[in-house]
Amino acid sequence: MPVNETLARYSDWSYVSAVVVYVLAMVFYLVEQAMTKTRRQAARELTAVGGGSAEAVEVPAESVVVTRSPRADRFGRMGFSLNVLGVLLHAAAVILRGVATDRVPWGNMYEYGSAVCLFAVVGWLVLAKRFDIRRLSVWVLLPIVVLLFLGGTALYTPAAPVQPALQSYWLAIHVTAVSISSGLLLLPGVASLLYLFRAAYERNGRFAGFAARLPKAEVLDRLAYRVTVVGFPLFTFAIICGAIWAESAWGRFWGWDPKETCAFIAWVIYAVYLHARATAGWRGNRAAVINILGFASMVFNLFFINLVTSGLHSYAGVA
Amino acid sequence: MTNALAYLRNTWRGLTAMRTALILLALLALGALPGALLPQRQLNAGKVSDYITEHGWWGRLLDTLQFYDVYASVWFSAIYVLLFISLVGCLTPRMFEYAKQARQQPVITPRNLARLPHHGTSTVDVAVDDVVEASRKRLRGWRMVVREEDDGARTISAERGYLRETGNLLFHFALLGLIVAFAFGKLFGYAGQVAVIANGSQFCNSGLFAYDSFTPGLKVDGTELDPFCIKVNDFKATYLPDGQANSFDTGVQYQTGADLNSDRWEPYDLRSNHPLRTAGDRVYLLGHGYAPQFTVTFPDGQTRTKAIQWNPSDLNTMLSSGTTTFDPPNTTDETELRKHQIAITGLFAPTAVFDGTLMSSIYPGANDPAVAVQVYEGDLGNNSGYAHNLFTIDQSMVEQGRLVQKAMKNLKLGQEIALPDGTKIKFDKALEFVGLQVSHDPSQDFVLVFAVLMLVGLMGSLAIKRRRLWLRVTPSGEGTVVEVGGLARTDQAGYGEEFTRLSAELLTGKKRDT
Ligand code: HEM
Repeated sequence: MPVNETLARYSDWSYVSAVVVYVLAMVFYLVEQAMTKTRRQAARELTAVGGGSAEAVEVPAESVVVTRSPRADRFGRMGFSLNVLGVLLHAAAVILRGVATDRVPWGNMYEYGSAVCLFAVVGWLVLAKRFDIRRLSVWVLLPIVVLLFLGGTALYTPAAPVQPALQSYWLAIHVTAVSISSGLLLLPGVASLLYLFRAAYERNGRFAGFAARLPKAEVLDRLAYRVTVVGFPLFTFAIICGAIWAESAWGRFWGWDPKETCAFIAWVIYAVYLHARATAGWRGNRAAVINILGFASMVFNLFFINLVTSGLHSYAGVA
Repeated sequence: MTNALAYLRNTWRGLTAMRTALILLALLALGALPGALLPQRQLNAGKVSDYITEHGWWGRLLDTLQFYDVYASVWFSAIYVLLFISLVGCLTPRMFEYAKQARQQPVITPRNLARLPHHGTSTVDVAVDDVVEASRKRLRGWRMVVREEDDGARTISAERGYLRETGNLLFHFALLGLIVAFAFGKLFGYAGQVAVIANGSQFCNSGLFAYDSFTPGLKVDGTELDPFCIKVNDFKATYLPDGQANSFDTGVQYQTGADLNSDRWEPYDLRSNHPLRTAGDRVYLLGHGYAPQFTVTFPDGQTRTKAIQWNPSDLNTMLSSGTTTFDPPNTTDETELRKHQIAITGLFAPTAVFDGTLMSSIYPGANDPAVAVQVYEGDLGNNSGYAHNLFTIDQSMVEQGRLVQKAMKNLKLGQEIALPDGTKIKFDKALEFVGLQVSHDPSQDFVLVFAVLMLVGLMGSLAIKRRRLWLRVTPSGEGTVVEVGGLARTDQAGYGEEFTRLSAELLTGKKRDT
């Protein structure tokens, strides 16, 4: 099946436009942040913490009042609209690639990275619509724009059919599930990283300029947890599908191929995260660090295993 | 004696604590990592020996520490065995606890509901009993119990989300099952590779000798393989103009069971992602390549024809290297034989281009096949007791002068090369071979079942929240005071919204409007 070059070209243009629009959206989000005033209160406040225990704890740092003017809010909303536009262009890029090549549009590393980012942004927009966390958007878009930039430059691969090993309906099932779950798991990774700053700020006032504008540590923690409990089972499903595919493609369902090993490691790290959150003394900072490690292992799996080691999963298509 | 018991008990407690499981899990992730970073014997033994040679003492140290066999190493096994024990130790008491709880009533309503993380209160002018009745209706699906308090107040204790623990236990037991099934497969499974030339040649799963390489499970000695035969009739590959493979198709026929002693063959279309499943085994098409066919005409006029697989060293152009050997005919004398063995060794290109005499390949399809070969005569040394590499000649024989190069030439289809003693060698044609893998794993279906159970359990235990809700309805002067309190027993995340919704309705003291 030949490739439709025209559609492939439109896909590429769409991709570039999406990245540009994302960057613009980030600019608007940043303006909103800059216009959000934080006022320090020297007075120490009593705040109730912990699971409902009425015990009051003194917060040593100056507490800060965050006020958002209507103008700032307008910039935020404009950023959000641009963000939606970006995601539409991004989706168009992915879909056009699929139509141009007449297959699922995630058959090599460029396409896969693009799909992961798309699902991450879609997931984010859904969350930001439901909860009051829009001001985190710029921190979510940052890694996405970096990934898309790398994808569009260093990893770019022209539209083409995939090799025989990938011609299977499992490509649609396995890789779709992996890319949705990886995309979703990016969000807790970002939230956990921000959690560390915010928690330090709440503990002793460090990183005030930046962390004062973030949502409360508790909100970030909950965000990370709630997205992880959706992303993790999906990731599990994706690995099981990978194993089923491997059984029919490579002759065994599990063989400790580097990508399999790394998927296993990421899976175990997320399992540690879930257990840590249920264990006294591991909640909070430690759990957040584990979640970040989990996401780091996913990124490692994508870049290091695809580009540096060689294994059966080596159809990244990067010359 | 008591000391020893106390020690055992403490060890057991320590091993089955959540914190230990956490650390063991972290170790498992860490321990698996070298397997992704260092070459592994089980995947590529050649790479491992290269790595060791390149890294000197450090490479050898890693070898001693089993870093090239991570998943079979003592330390990796130790981690997962400990984790396994820790799991069993964690789960067993939880099972009993779970069984007990399943029969218990929701706990009594706390005295002060305002101290709970979720709380709400209102005063309504609905009778106490009606509030209780309405709330009971509203709390359908919750396990609940209504109690009477001394001062005339009535309370409801409600709890739901018991399935969370069911899911949790299911997940963990399925995990245990998966590990056991996986290990079983490692004991009783095997995998073997064999190259078969696609001109009607056959392979029969009758013993280890039939394979080019074979990896048995620990309990497999190769004597009881499932018998079947497979005949490879043709192989067809298509490529894109840039050389990327587009499709592989293999026409095979196979026979099993009673057919084995007959002429009955079943046809099958063996493709990537489309293995042949028969007789408890699976046959995969995992590779392909070329087998140049040569005919040697010996000085006495006798001819011999042979084709064996050459190794594709570049999958984009299928430039291959290999060696095809011949024994002189009619020689029974071993020393005479060892003076006149012939080896044709060199490169094969399916679509050859030449830069002077230097040959390379520009396309993987057989558009214009050619070979660039050297012909050696003498002692091949292939019964010297050392493992013999199929694709090369034994260089030590060359160094000892026992194997001597007699000619060197590029040959296109049908061209010949002549040796000084009058022997002629003709490049007849390029045949293709397929690389087959035969896999056997008696427990993989169980692994799948356990994996699916794990997933189901996981979803249950993550999506369902164990939560409690209490309601106290107290008669007072101005009306009826309704108090609601809620507590998520597992993770607070998410209960807040449900509680707010629910308590808003309960606090009206009325039935739902709908
Ligand atoms: C046990 C078996 C398998 C596991 C655990 C597994 C795991 C994964 C993981 C974790 C990813 C995403 C990694 C990343 O971020 O790059 C992935 C991607 C992918 N997998 Fe698998 N997989 C398995 C089998 C297979 C098989 C049999 C195929 C096809 C023959 C396959 C094709 C792909 C493709 C095309 C991608 C996305 C593109 C890419 O990363 O280059 N996988 N797999």
